[in-house]
Amino acid sequence: MRTKQMLPVLLTLLVCASIMCPSLMFAGTVSGKVTYTGTPVKPKQVDMTKEPSCAKEHATTPVLNETVVTGPNNALENVVVYVSSGAPDDGQVPSQAVTYTQKGCQYIPHVLPMHVNQELDIVNADQTSHNIHPLPKSNIEWNKSQPPGTPPIKEKYEKPEFISVKCNIHPWMHGWFVVLNTNHYDVSKGAGEFKLPNLPPGKYTITAWHEDYGTQTADVTITGNETKDVNFTFKAKAY
Amino acid sequence: MAKLFAVTIAIIAVLSAIPIVMNYWGPPADISTHGAAIDDQLHETMWEAGVSFLAAQFVLALFVWQFAGRGKSDKLKTFPGGAKGLVIAAFLFVGTEILALGVIGQKAWATVYFAPPDKDAITIQAQAGQFAFYFRYPGPDGKFGTPHPEKIDEGNQNFFGLDPENDVDSRDDIVAGELAVPVNRQVNLLMHSKDVGHSFYVRELRIQQDFVPGLDLAVHFTATKTGQYEIVCTQLCGLGHYNMKAYLQVLSQEDFDKWLKDKAAQ
Repeated sequence: MRTKQMLPVLLTLLVCASIMCPSLMFAGTVSGKVTYTGTPVKPKQVDMTKEPSCAKEHATTPVLNETVVTGPNNALENVVVYVSSGAPDDGQVPSQAVTYTQKGCQYIPHVLPMHVNQELDIVNADQTSHNIHPLPKSNIEWNKSQPPGTPPIKEKYEKPEFISVKCNIHPWMHGWFVVLNTNHYDVSKGAGEFKLPNLPPGKYTITAWHEDYGTQTADVTITGNETKDVNFTFKAKAY
Repeated sequence: MAKLFAVTIAIIAVLSAIPIVMNYWGPPADISTHGAAIDDQLHETMWEAGVSFLAAQFVLALFVWQFAGRGKSDKLKTFPGGAKGLVIAAFLFVGTEILALGVIGQKAWATVYFAPPDKDAITIQAQAGQFAFYFRYPGPDGKFGTPHPEKIDEGNQNFFGLDPENDVDSRDDIVAGELAVPVNRQVNLLMHSKDVGHSFYVRELRIQQDFVPGLDLAVHFTATKTGQYEIVCTQLCGLGHYNMKAYLQVLSQEDFDKWLKDKAAQ
């Protein structure tokens, strides 16, 4: 008897939920792995002797150049995989800020994707001054000094772009801001894996971008509550 | 009042000479073969300038003491015999002194800049750029790869713009952020600026040489004492100038070989 009374309430809730969040109801997922073929260049060790406060942090584990980071079974890390067309929620700026941290004279993360106009907080967690200098071409360029202990720098970018980031004081520091027109993105992790969940049915173009190896695309159609496997393979450069 | 002023001049002169005569602010111990000549020269200059300074101050004090008490109606006293002879004497004295310093000092300069480097000197390239020094060793083949400015990619650790894909010589080049050199062996440092004017200064080595953009200079030295020394940029080069430094590691030949091997493996 109790269950029967609850049924219409539950149904109403379900209908309401499906109207408000259709993507949650028919959530397709695109997932897969990013790998490479060939032999990538051996990453060089980063020499931080000039900045003893940072060198000390890495005394036990040497820092390697992060342009090409690989994992087991030819996995390729730091590849930004995103929905480049077909995503329905373009223009929805997340209210949560993304954070870019300067620690041990490195940028963490090395590659930071974000939505257009999303707040970007840049933090200096080091005992030394940094001068963050992103190099955009279509957005406005700036460079800002950030002494240790100062509050985060708050910024945002108005146009989608892949922006190389450097530090004017520590020439080895390098990273990327990836400003996208979508919230459906992921960065490949240690085993090369990525996952783009919550995709409503539709046709999508998925793009994978690597800072040195370029971009690749794949078309995928989501019909319902399913997980589509998409894998990307980049050709490694020997130099 | 005038006598008090004369005494004050003399006291200030003596007090300011004390730290110099007592060598309170002497430079750190020299660790180079040519440094002794430079130190001698600086010492010599300091003595001559110091004695001249003291003499001038004492003469000034003496004159103030002697001639300041002039009444309003007194005739203006002139130097006995007129000023002409004194000016000529001073001109000759100072001129000879400066000329002598220059002639003697030229020797110290020449040992560093005019003498060619030894045949068995190790050649290392130093590159200064905003705001770090990088050093390049030619590797086992003894040849430096050609630098290509357009290929400089600091984020990718290519500070010299090398092209290992096409340039075989550059493949074994060793690049480091510190300058390691073997002790008691001459180093020929090729100096290249990536962007603006910088300067290479190691106090203990008694070397201070500018990097001039567009002009590759060379300087050679032999370090005689193992240890770590600071290399600083002494030419204001921009925002991060205060932080532009590197370290000089003077190592035994054995440690140097090991250091090179470790760097090559990185």
